[in-house]
Amino acid sequence: MSSILLAILIGAAFGATLDRIGATNPSLIGRMLNLTNLHLMKTILLAIGTGSVLMFGGQMLGLVDVGHMSVKTAYIGVFIGGLMLGLGWAVSGYCPGTGVCALASGRRDAAFFIAGGLLGAAAYMLSYPWWKASGLLDKIGGGKVTLGAVPSSGYEGLTGLPGDVLGLVLGAGFIAIAFALPERLIPGSGAAQPAE
Amino acid sequence: MPLNWKSGGVLLGVVFFLAVALVKPIGVSTQFVILDGILWNAVDPSVVEQSAEGYSSPNAYLDKSGGKYAKSVANPLNYSFVFVLAMMLGAFLSTLARGGLSPEERRAPALWRQNYGNNPWARNATAFLGGFIVLYGARLAGGCTSGHMMSGMMQTALAGYIFAAGAFAAAIPTAMLLYRKEA
Repeated sequence: MSSILLAILIGAAFGATLDRIGATNPSLIGRMLNLTNLHLMKTILLAIGTGSVLMFGGQMLGLVDVGHMSVKTAYIGVFIGGLMLGLGWAVSGYCPGTGVCALASGRRDAAFFIAGGLLGAAAYMLSYPWWKASGLLDKIGGGKVTLGAVPSSGYEGLTGLPGDVLGLVLGAGFIAIAFALPERLIPGSGAAQPAE
Repeated sequence: MPLNWKSGGVLLGVVFFLAVALVKPIGVSTQFVILDGILWNAVDPSVVEQSAEGYSSPNAYLDKSGGKYAKSVANPLNYSFVFVLAMMLGAFLSTLARGGLSPEERRAPALWRQNYGNNPWARNATAFLGGFIVLYGARLAGGCTSGHMMSGMMQTALAGYIFAAGAFAAAIPTAMLLYRKEA
């Protein structure tokens, strides 16, 4: 039962945070992806870096249970699926988590996103045997690996580097990129005046 | 107005950290499969079978990894499914606290209206199509923006980097083509 309580507390905090950073607003997703406003990109990079530093730092101090890590398998389908998700993300302005939160925030188009999503997930359920047989779900690069082996995580490292130190360094790197990125990468065109 | 990226980024990072410190990394897209399974099981109860060894399904996807998806379909009050329902509660309360959305914004987002006009059905059809591609892709990849990109890259998972490379390689050119007028 305590796991359900944690689901409610962490889930609600996550949903509220996604809304407060603007990730439930497809306009902000679109402006991040067309590189005209990187505010949300800076937020996401800072979040990955902060999470990484806290988690690996906590592990090294013995405060965080390494056993809670859960690393997914690498295979060619991860890249193909990533391309598809990216396409649909740009088209709709929603990803699965922000889509359900956007519906809760009152956006009606998000209901259509979720209906399409349920149908897309069902289509994958039916086509799964074909993907399995294609070999595109076979593991690459060792499968469930981290970039360096994290002590007592049970996952192998892609390289021989110490995984926890590497995690701290990469975390710091994400934070540095978040600070270094400009507010926009595509210069505003002279024509981009407010709508009349 | 959204939070400043510095406070917003730290807040989001702390939530991802708390999830992995207390329970497990955050993920969302699997729950679309679980909801599909719950709906399917309501129409056709043979979709999930229970035996002494556990749960199984005639559908190969629900049956994979020892029937773990079939088990979640049979027991919707599990951590990951309740987590997504709680996300909706959190987002609802957050929107309420900032005064809610305008009627125009509820029908279609500003950037869409600026580029494609005010007809909500064009927007709804696009969102539906986008949803189909997003969830098909997320299930093929085995995770989405939360599970692969955020949780995965935070743990230095190879798969998270592969996923993020694919997602941005498709998303950036698509958004640049589709949303030329700034709102």
